[in-house]
Amino acid sequence: MNIGIEHYLVLSAILFVIGAYGVIVRKNLIIVLMSLELMLNAANLAFVAFSNALGDMTGHVFMIMTITVAAAEVAVGLALLVSIYSHRESLDIDILKLLKG
Amino acid sequence: MIVWIILFPMIGAILNGLLFASGFWKKKCNGDEHTEHNISGIIASGAVLLSALLSTYFFVQLLSLEPSQRQIIQELFVWIPSGDFTVSFELMFDTLSSVMALVITWIGFLIHIYSIGYMHHDKGFAKYFTYLNIFVFFMLILVLGNNFPLMFVGWEGVGLASFLLIGFWYQDTEKAYAGRKAFVVNRIGDFGFILGIFFIFFIFGSVNYQDVFGKALDPAFMSAVPAVTITAIGLLLFVGAVGKSAQFPLFVWLPDAMAGPTPVSALIHAATMVTAGAYMMARCNVFYSQSPTAQMVVVSIAAFTAILAATIAITQNDIKKVLAYSTVSQLGYMFMAIGVGAYAAGLFHLVTHAFFKALLFLGSGSVIHAMSDEQDIRKMGGLRKKIPITAITFLIGTLAIAGVPFLSGFFSKDEILAALYDRGYTIHWIIALITVVLTALYMLRLYLLTFEGKSRVPESIKRYIHESPYSMTIPLIVLAVLSILGGYIGVPDFMGKVVGLHDTNLFEHYLSPAILIDNAKEVGHHLFGHWALVGFSIGGAALGIIIAFYLYSFKPSAPAKIAKDIEPLYKASKNKWYVDELYDYIFVQPFSYLCNQAYRFDQNIIDGAVNGVAAALKDTALTLQTAQTGVIRSYATLMAIGAAVILIIIVLW
Amino acid sequence: METVVFYVFAALALAGALMVITFKNPVSSALSLVLTLFSTAVLFVLLLAHFVAVIQILVYAGAIMILFLFTVMFLNLKPDALKFESKHLGFKVSALLVILLFVGYFASLGFKKGLYLSNTSTSDIEGFGTVQGVGMSLFTDYLLPFELTSILILVAIIGVVVIAKKRAN
Repeated sequence: MNIGIEHYLVLSAILFVIGAYGVIVRKNLIIVLMSLELMLNAANLAFVAFSNALGDMTGHVFMIMTITVAAAEVAVGLALLVSIYSHRESLDIDILKLLKG
Repeated sequence: MIVWIILFPMIGAILNGLLFASGFWKKKCNGDEHTEHNISGIIASGAVLLSALLSTYFFVQLLSLEPSQRQIIQELFVWIPSGDFTVSFELMFDTLSSVMALVITWIGFLIHIYSIGYMHHDKGFAKYFTYLNIFVFFMLILVLGNNFPLMFVGWEGVGLASFLLIGFWYQDTEKAYAGRKAFVVNRIGDFGFILGIFFIFFIFGSVNYQDVFGKALDPAFMSAVPAVTITAIGLLLFVGAVGKSAQFPLFVWLPDAMAGPTPVSALIHAATMVTAGAYMMARCNVFYSQSPTAQMVVVSIAAFTAILAATIAITQNDIKKVLAYSTVSQLGYMFMAIGVGAYAAGLFHLVTHAFFKALLFLGSGSVIHAMSDEQDIRKMGGLRKKIPITAITFLIGTLAIAGVPFLSGFFSKDEILAALYDRGYTIHWIIALITVVLTALYMLRLYLLTFEGKSRVPESIKRYIHESPYSMTIPLIVLAVLSILGGYIGVPDFMGKVVGLHDTNLFEHYLSPAILIDNAKEVGHHLFGHWALVGFSIGGAALGIIIAFYLYSFKPSAPAKIAKDIEPLYKASKNKWYVDELYDYIFVQPFSYLCNQAYRFDQNIIDGAVNGVAAALKDTALTLQTAQTGVIRSYATLMAIGAAVILIIIVLW
Repeated sequence: METVVFYVFAALALAGALMVITFKNPVSSALSLVLTLFSTAVLFVLLLAHFVAVIQILVYAGAIMILFLFTVMFLNLKPDALKFESKHLGFKVSALLVILLFVGYFASLGFKKGLYLSNTSTSDIEGFGTVQGVGMSLFTDYLLPFELTSILILVAIIGVVVIAKKRAN
C-alpha cells in the first residue's frame, strides 16, 4: 500500500488533537506550552505534506515562518512562566484566573 | 492684489485672536492691560486702515478706466471643483462693490478707532477687536465675491460675527438671548437666500455673476425661461434680504441686537451688514428689473416696514432702540428705491445712511459713555452743555436723517421719493412722505429729549458726566463732516444744472456699469415736476421738525396728554405693535408645545425602548457573567468546541 | 521501504506526543517532545523536504527544546510545585469529544479530496526542498513576510527582556 497524503494528514490531525488535549487538560504551564508546540508541529507536517502533493514549495516557506513564530512564542511564554513562578511559587495555570476582569 | 483688501482684516483678526484674546500676551509677556489694549486696538484699526487705503487705490484705478471697463477680477483658486459645476474663489472689484468696500473699510476704520476709546475698560477688549476684524473680513468677502456661493459665505460670516458681537456680554442672559434671536431670525432669511441660489443654478447652470447675468440679459435665453421663475428667484433672494436687512416681517431681531456694544450697532447694525441685502438686490438687478411682480412685492413690503418702524420709533425711550427702528425704517427706503428699479438711488441712500447712522449710533454711544451706561432718554436732558461735541455732531446727524436741505440725507431721500413718484408708485410715495414727517419727528424728539431742555439726570450720575476722549470724538467729527458733504456725490442732475455743479448725477453715472438693466423709464406725464417733489419732501421734514419742537421744546406737557388721548395706539406703538408677542403666539408657543410633546414621546416611548433594551442586555450580561470564570483551560475548551461546531457545519453542509 | 519508514516514525511521533501529555515531570515531557519532533523530521525527509527537515532538527529539536529544558532546570522546581492536575472529568470528556471530531474531519478531508502524493513528479522539480529552492522562494516571493518575521523576533526579544527584567527587582 502506497503512502498517500491522507496518511500524513491523519497523522497530523492526531498529533494536533493530542496537543489540543494537552493544552486543555494539563495544568502545568510548561507542559501546556509543549502541547502548543505539538499543535504547531502538526500543522507544519500538514504544510509540508500539501507542499509535496501540490509540487509547490510555499508550504516549506510557511513552515519556516511557523517555526519563527513558535520560537518567539516559546521565548515570551517561558519568560512569563518564569516571572509567574517567581511570584507565585507555582506553575498551576489556574492561578492565572486572578486576571479575571 | 484685490485679495489683500480682505486679507488684512483676516490677519488682524488672527493676530489679535492668537496674541491677545487667547491670553498668550498676558501669560508670556507680563504686559499690563493698558499696553495690551493699545496694541490690540492699533493692530485691528491698522488692518482695516490698510484695507481702506487699498480699496481707495483700486477705486482710483477704476476711475482711470473707461466706464464700461470698470471691473477688476482676480481669481485665486478653484474652490469647489465638481464635474461641470465649479466655483472659484474669485474676487471682483467693480463700481458697485467698490462703493460698498469703501463704505465698509472707511466707516469700519472710524468705528475701530472709536471703539478703542469706547471699549477701553472692557475685559474682552482683544476679543472684541478680533470679532470686529472677522466681521470686516466676511463683509468684504460678501461684497467682493464674484459668485453667489462666495457671497453666501460672507453673508453667513457676517451673521456669525453679528451673533458673536450682539452676545458679546454673554454673561447677561438677556444679551445672549438677543444674539441667539438675531441668529435664528436670520436663518429664516438665509433659507430663502440659499434656495434662491439653488434656483439660479438650476436655471442658469452657473453661479458666477458674469455667466448668470450674461444669460439673464440674453433675450434668446430668457425667452425659454418662464417669467414666474424670475419672479421666484427675485422673491427668494428678497427673503434673504428681508432677514439680513431687517424688513417686515423679520425685522424683530434688529432692535434686540442693540444689546451689543454701541460701536457694533453702528458698524454692523446700521452702516454695513444690514445693508448687505440692499447690495445683494442691487447686484441682482437684472432679475428685479425683469419681474414687475417681484418689484411690487419688494416696494410694498419696504414701504410698510418704513412706516411701521417709524411709528414704533416715536414712542421708544431707549436711545439705541429709537435709532434701531430708525435704521429699519431707513432700510425700508433703500428697498423701496431698489424695488422700483432706482438702484443708484437706493445705494446712494445706503452710503449717506451709513454716514449719518454711524454718526448717530456713535453719538449715542458717546452719550451712554458719558451717562455711565444709562440708555433711557427720560433720564437725560440738557446734556448739550456737558458734552458739546457729541451734541453738535448728533444734531448734524439728526438733521441729515430728517432730510433737511443740503445735508446728505436730503439728497438721497429726495431721490428715492422722486423715483417712487416718477415710476407711478403714488401710494408708496405718499407712505414714504408720511414716513419723512415721522422720521423728522422722532429724530428731533430724540435729540431734544437727550440734549436740550431741563436736566432729568439722577444726581448720582450727574457728577460723572464728561466729554468722551479724542479717540471717540474725532470719528464723530469726521462722520459729521461726511454727513454734511456726503450727499454731494449724488446731486440730482436737475439741481446740479441750477448751481452749475455737474450736469449729471455723479454717483448714478459711476454706478451705471454695474446696473445691467436700467428701467428708469418715466411713466407718462405727472402732476408734479422735480422741484415740486423736492418741495414736498422739504415740507414733510419741516412739518416733522416743527411738531417735534412744539411737543418737546415749547409744550413739554403735550406729549403725555396726546399719549393719553390715543392710549390704545400709543400703547401699541410703545409695545412695537405687539409683533414680538404675535410671533411668540403664532410660532414660538406652538413650536414649544410641539417640542414638549416630542420630548414626552422621546422620554416615554423612544427612551423607554432604548432603556428597556439596555436593561434586558444588562440582565442577560449578568447571567452570562458566570461563564467568565477566569480559568484559562475552560476558555480553551470552549474555543475548541466552537471550532468543532464550525467543522461539523462545514462537513455536513 | 518507504511505507515501513513512514509507519515506524509515525508511531514514534505519536508515542512521543502521548508521552508529552501524560508525563508528570516536565523534563520527561520535554525529552518526549524531542522524540516527536525528530520523528517528524524524518517524515519531512520522506516528503522530500530536506532543508525543512534540517531546520526542524536544528531549531525545534535543538534550540527550542534546550530553552525548555533550561527553563525547567532554572526554575529548580520544588516537588510540590507539580502536585496539581485536573481532577475534573468534564474537561477530559469534552476534550476527547473534540479530538474525535477533529480526527474524523481530517480523515474525511484526506480521503475525500483524492489528493495524492507525487513523489516522482515532485522530484522532477529542480531543487525541490533543497536549501537553494527554499531560499529562492523565501527571498523572492516571500521576502516581505520573511523580513517581517525578523521584526516579530525582535519584538519578542525586547518583550522577553522587559518581562524578565521587571520581575528581577
